[in-house]
Amino acid sequence: MLSKRIIPCLDVRDGKTTKGIKFKENVDIGDPVDMARFYYEQGADEIVFYDITASSDRRDIMIDVVRRVAEEIFIPFSVGGGIRTIEDMRAVLLAGAEKVSVNSAAIKEPKILSHGSTAFGSQCIVLGMDVKRVAASKSIPSGYEMVINGGRTYTGIDALFWAKEGERLGAGEICLNSIDADGTQDGYELTLTSLISENVNITVIASGGAGNIDHMYDAFTKGKADAALIASIVHYGTYTIKEIKENLHARGVKVRRTWE
Amino acid sequence: MIAIIDYKAGNLKSVERALNKLGFPCRITNEKKEILSSERIIFPGVGAAGKAIEDLTHLGLDKTLRQAFETGKPVLGICLGAQIILDKSEENNAKCLGLIEGKVKSFPSPLFSVKKERLKIPHMGWNDVCLIEKHPVLEGIMPRDEFYFVHSYYPMPASNEFIIGTTDYGMDFPSIIGNKNLLAMQFHPEKSGEPGLRILKNFCTWDGHHA
Repeated sequence: MLSKRIIPCLDVRDGKTTKGIKFKENVDIGDPVDMARFYYEQGADEIVFYDITASSDRRDIMIDVVRRVAEEIFIPFSVGGGIRTIEDMRAVLLAGAEKVSVNSAAIKEPKILSHGSTAFGSQCIVLGMDVKRVAASKSIPSGYEMVINGGRTYTGIDALFWAKEGERLGAGEICLNSIDADGTQDGYELTLTSLISENVNITVIASGGAGNIDHMYDAFTKGKADAALIASIVHYGTYTIKEIKENLHARGVKVRRTWE
Repeated sequence: MIAIIDYKAGNLKSVERALNKLGFPCRITNEKKEILSSERIIFPGVGAAGKAIEDLTHLGLDKTLRQAFETGKPVLGICLGAQIILDKSEENNAKCLGLIEGKVKSFPSPLFSVKKERLKIPHMGWNDVCLIEKHPVLEGIMPRDEFYFVHSYYPMPASNEFIIGTTDYGMDFPSIIGNKNLLAMQFHPEKSGEPGLRILKNFCTWDGHHA
């Protein structure tokens, strides 16, 4: 039976992670390669790097990070943030990432999904979705709207429509981020997560709001998520990945065990 | 030297990186001479069967691979490389290499788990492998070890004698198959953490014999 995946997310700016690990002395808290190795050894199932480098002429720094990570960790990892063209995708994949995630670029130019999946296979194209809850209306029947620019710009696109459209265009996975829940540590947006997960036939990663293990349990059970993205709760040492997995395993959630 | 066969079917670098990490010299190559003189062969692949067979044939590597297999050289197929070694594939109706009798099938749709949950296609993520037969390349693999899969089709050998391991995804499908000096797996050992690296390491010292 397929395991539920636990995926730590690292924000990287100019080649450095922006949130350090608080509890481990032998890890350079600024170095994404060090942190990736640390989570790999702890039993992370996959790692997500989100490049928040503002200036596009510094993208080579991220490519170098990807190359160094690929030499050291032997689980899939994806890179998102700043992917705007097929060439951006190619550079990241050639450097050793398993998947690339596109977010606002896909909204501005949906063809990037179909072109990307034709060129590299849909298994490496992740549709990143930033979503906000709104009043249900004729144009937003699900009551969830796609947003860009960190939630500052509403697009007028219904999130459920966009998830199905993304799948049709060739995305192989959806990383579903609730802007309302993001950073609250109050739990994932379960209604949104199950709505999307039950209406597409590709895997869905729940993102935004994880504050404890119950939240992750809920994302997998009530939210029907295939994977859960986590950040602060592991970066700040609230739990280790092993503790999270042991707890979920004890409650009957199938996870990949790298201990015993 | 280990030859990683290059027929434009993606992600060869990750196999190369894993072998580098393990300290085994390897080359990504499409040169017949180099492949035939290599000590062993890794046959990876990502993408669609039809295109892969077309590219392989175009480069003349279908014959090279068959020739290498017949000389008893250890061959490891990965993912698509574990599919197109069969006779034919339901994907693009492709005629394949026929190193193992059987065909490549697509998962039925819709697909349900025993708990009646709908399962998504492609089968993507970490899953178990139940080992049916002992094999030198799988030495040291524990029942709890999981491996990383991404696929919508699976290999179905004509006879159970070729099935070495199975995986449950709404049904038990063959996830490791083998024939003599050929071993092939549907999952990606190069992306499956320590157990995956162990398989690659075992393969790199395997003499091609299998009781």
